[in-house]
Formats: sequence, structure tokens, C-alpha cells
Amino acid sequence: MTTAGTTPIAVRLVAVSKRFGDHVVVDRVSLEIRHGEFFSLLGPSGCGKTTTLRMIAGFEQPSDGRISLGGEDVTERPAHLRRVGMVFQNYALFPHLSVADNVAFALRLQGVAAPEIARRVAEALAMVRLPGLDARMPAQLSGGQQQRVALARALVFRPTVVLLDEPLGALDQKLRKAMQLELKALQQDVGLTFVYVTHDQEEALTMSDRIAVMDGGRVLQVADPQALYERPNSRFVADFIGVSNFLPGTVRERAGTLVTIALDLPGEGVGVRIQAAWREGLAAGQAVTAAVRPERMRLGPRGAPAGAAANGVDGTVRDIVYTGSDTQYFVDLGGSAGRTVMVRVPNDQPAGTRVETDRGDPVRVCWDGHSTAVLVA
Amino acid sequence: MPRRLWGLPAYYFGLLALLYLPLFVLLVFAFNDGTILAFPMRGFTLRWFEQLFATEALMRALRNSVAVAVGSGTIAVVLGACGAIAFVRFRFRGKGTFMTVALLPLYVPFVVVGVSLLLLFSVIGLPRSLLTIAAAHTVVSFPYALLILTARLVGFDPHLEEAAMSLGANYWETLRRVILPLIAPALLAAWLTAFTVSFDEFAIANLLAGAEPTLPVYLYSQLRMSARLPLVIAMAGLVMVLTLSIFFTLVWLRRFVFRVPAAGTVRAR
Repeated sequence: MTTAGTTPIAVRLVAVSKRFGDHVVVDRVSLEIRHGEFFSLLGPSGCGKTTTLRMIAGFEQPSDGRISLGGEDVTERPAHLRRVGMVFQNYALFPHLSVADNVAFALRLQGVAAPEIARRVAEALAMVRLPGLDARMPAQLSGGQQQRVALARALVFRPTVVLLDEPLGALDQKLRKAMQLELKALQQDVGLTFVYVTHDQEEALTMSDRIAVMDGGRVLQVADPQALYERPNSRFVADFIGVSNFLPGTVRERAGTLVTIALDLPGEGVGVRIQAAWREGLAAGQAVTAAVRPERMRLGPRGAPAGAAANGVDGTVRDIVYTGSDTQYFVDLGGSAGRTVMVRVPNDQPAGTRVETDRGDPVRVCWDGHSTAVLVA
Repeated sequence: MPRRLWGLPAYYFGLLALLYLPLFVLLVFAFNDGTILAFPMRGFTLRWFEQLFATEALMRALRNSVAVAVGSGTIAVVLGACGAIAFVRFRFRGKGTFMTVALLPLYVPFVVVGVSLLLLFSVIGLPRSLLTIAAAHTVVSFPYALLILTARLVGFDPHLEEAAMSLGANYWETLRRVILPLIAPALLAAWLTAFTVSFDEFAIANLLAGAEPTLPVYLYSQLRMSARLPLVIAMAGLVMVLTLSIFFTLVWLRRFVFRVPAAGTVRAR
């Protein structure tokens, strides 16, 4: 996993910015994408992820900063000389060319000999599991098939990097899930660097080796999916990736790998202390936010003893939502006017054998200190 | 359930009569064996058409018209394509007023265009000829070409051009391998329209013609001699057939010009 020192960098962005008039769309973005990596740019619409991708492709010129591909500075190089494969959300297949001619487009431009083109086109179409459709026109294909042709067309000339702009966005939910796994497997097979733009956090977590979360034109955090989920560095990331409960509080003291936080809950909950995972840079007295995932919390009876590293906060069940695989309990902490947290309990026992909790029941919400991330501000 | 319009059939047949009755009368008299344009008719003949093709001056005028229409139509389409691509794809100063200026010839009466060009050519000492007519026809047919090609390019997915460039095509290769093949029906439609505008045009051609007349100018000059009238009618009939076939070609082309631009742009949502 930690091959950062030896793996060459395929794409490097150094303080890249893009302004349209007074509007800053991309704000000093620096990234190092390793060779052979599946790297995602994740964020809500308007966060600058697509503009960043388009600058790597050469469709947009950065206002500031440098871009290099495979170790060469390409900031001033036009798109057609960058050797970058691009897959668009609407596929952008050439409607006047057959499937085979679409895939052969780059090879023809390079002047590759005809038998070699035929061999490589067949190979690329087999790779995306679409053999035998060479003579079809794009309009005769389904959305999923068009997607595969677009992929084959972008892979066939072995580009330095393959850029994908929400390529699964136009597919229906089922096909999309299947394509996510297939795309990831394909990327590992061909060993090319993929840069993938999406607003779907689940999609990014499923496929990526690493993810850059963007908001407001900036990169907030770059990490592998697990680190991003377990140790978000900001409230935005904790909120955008999955669901989090946020509890405001103040740092007290460090205890090994944990840190004590005094929660700032209104009413009877004032001064409740919890344990959270220690992170560098925290100082006693600092105002922070503790973030806990709903599935890491458990419900118990009031006053139940907390284990060695366990947190316990009393509350009252306000609402119960049954979602099939689990049940979501919304619990008011520290009195009825307090802060509400969501506790997700898996329905892993048949109905009737579970301990039933009703609306208005007094409960104790328990969780492990290591499951608590400390967010500054 | 749409309501029925009770007057619609009457309106429709009235419109048909208004549009096609004159053309029908023209065709009928083109085959009439007599020089007087009145009923009763004198019987069926093809001799006007025979004379037509035997009249050297008339055939010359026809060749002149075709040459002028082909030349001005081709230049108008090239200029129109450049203008449309610039307008739809590029950012430049004065873009807002560009269309207004470019479409102005559509609204200036042809007589005014003809007189002003006549003045201009005489000021710069350019003698009147088929070249001056072709230049003037390029000016007046350019807006049609520009409008047709702009309409096509507005519906053209810009990602297709970007896809071509990411695959290693420079701008000229993208133009040749992607843009031009896809807008070919629109180019043909624009060319046929420009051709027709020039081929039918009389006012400007009459003012700017030198020793060599175009067909409408020649036909008009023949109207002074009543014996030549059946010839003019026969020629008008031929021109009509040509123009109508161009028109129906355009109607057929329309489906290619305004079709959905690229496969896959229809989202499965």
C-alpha cells in the first residue's frame, strides 16, 4: 500500500487555479496521482472537480499553476498532444462512425498499419466485453454498450492517463452498480491510471484507491476510502462521505491514543465527557466537534456501565425509522431540548426476538472512543 | 382530444389554389400550340421546348446563371460555415453585434443592394460582368447559409470535438473527420438554398449585368417581343421544375439537419 516513494507520479498538479472572470472555480489545487492508481475527484456539483479534470485533459487552460503528465510539464500543451483518454458522461461517440471506426480513431491518426489497427480494436472490444458489435452504429447500441465503446476508444491507444467524467451518471441504478465493479476490475487489468470524477460518494468509495474530496474549488482531503470514512479531517468531509453525528465540545486532556472531550450539550447534559481518537495538533481548551457514525453507536438501558474505552450518554428516543436492513433511532441527548443523534441498529435478528425500544423510552447511547473523530471547528 | 377546426379544409384548399394554380397554368401554356395566351387552347406541342434548346442566347444565359449560382453559393457556404463555427464555438469581441450585421442583407431590399453595389463598382472602376453579379449574390445568400449552419452547430455536441482532440486530432483533423461529415447535410441544404437565391434573383442581376445576362435578366428582355412569349413560358416552366426539386430535396434534408446531434445524449433518467 505504501509505495508512494517508489511508484512514479502519473499526474501532478501544482497550485492549479482556474478563474472565469471574478469567479474562482478551482482554487490552488495540488495533487499527486500515482501511476496505475484509480483516483477519484469527489464533491458536490460546482465544486470544481470537472474543471480540474478538463484542465488535465487540456480543454481548459489553468489561470495559475502547473500540470505535468508522466513527469513532463504539459501546462501549455494542447489537448491533442497530451495522450489522455477521455470518457464523457454522454459518451460522445462519433455518430457517423461504426463501433470499430470509433475505437480505431486514435490509431488511424497515429498512422498505425491497418492489420495492427484491426488487432488492437478487437482486443479493446474484447476487453470491455463487447465483441462482435464492430459494424454497429452508436445509435443502435444501448446506453451501457455505448459506455463500453467509449471506454474501449479511450483505452486502445494506451494513454498516459484515462480521465472519466461521471461516466456512469446516465445509467440506471442496477447497471451502474455492476459497471462500478467491472470498471474497477478493468482498470486493474490494464494497469492504467484512472482519474474519475463523481458526485456519488458511494461510487467513489467502491472503486477508488484514493479520493480527493473537493468543495468550493479546493481539495479538502486526499485519502484512501477507509481513512476518509474513519478519519475525516473536516465537518464537510464527515458529512459528505456517509452520515455523521456531530457533537460540539471542548478538548480536555490526552490519554494515550484517546483524548477527552467535554460535550457542550444543553440542559442536563452539560459537561458530559467522552473519549475520542487523538489527533495531532489538539490543545486543551480548544473548541472542536466530535463526529460519530450512526452504525458505531449502540442503544442500552439508562445507566448501563460503559466499558474501558466506551462512551455513554443518556437520552430519550424521539423517532424510529425502519429501513429494512436496519432501524434508525433518533435520540435526543441531554434532555428533550438537546441535540439529536441517529443510531443505526442492524436488524440482524428476526422480528420479535429483538429488544423492542419505543418512542419516548429513556436510553443510553454507547460507542467506542476510537470511533469518534475530532474535527477542528 | 383536439377540437376540429371547421374552416380548415377550405383554408387549406384555398392556399393550395393560390400557390399552385398559377404554376399549373404556366405548365399548361408551355405545351400550348399558339402564341396567344388565351383560351381556347390550340393543341399540344413540344416545339417551344425544341426552340428553347436551339436558342443559343438563351442557353448561354442559362449557363451564366448556373455558373453565377454555383460560384456565389459555394463562396456563401464557405463563408457561412466559417461564420457559424466562429459564432457557436469561439469567444470574440463584438460577438453580440456579429449576427445582426451578418443578417442585415436579409432585410435590405435587393434593389437597394443592387444600386449601392452598382455605385460602389463604378467608383472603384470595376466593370459590370458575371463576376459583379456573383459577388452581389454572395452577399445576399450568405445570411441564409449562416442561419442554416448556425442552427445545425447549436445542436452539435461540443464533447464530440473534445473527444476527437483527446484522441490526438488537431483542429483541422477534427474538422475534417468529425465536424464536416456530421454537418454535411446542413452544408448541402445551405448550398442548395444559396444556389436558389442566386438562380432566381432578378433585381440585382439586372442592375449589375454587363454584356452577359443571367437567365431571369435574359427572359425579361425577351418579353418585349410577343412572338418570344411562349419560349419564356416554357423556360419558366423548366426553371420551376428545377426549383421545386431543390425545394423537396431541402424538405428531405431537414430531418438530417435538425436531428438529435449525438448518440447517447438522451439520458436514461
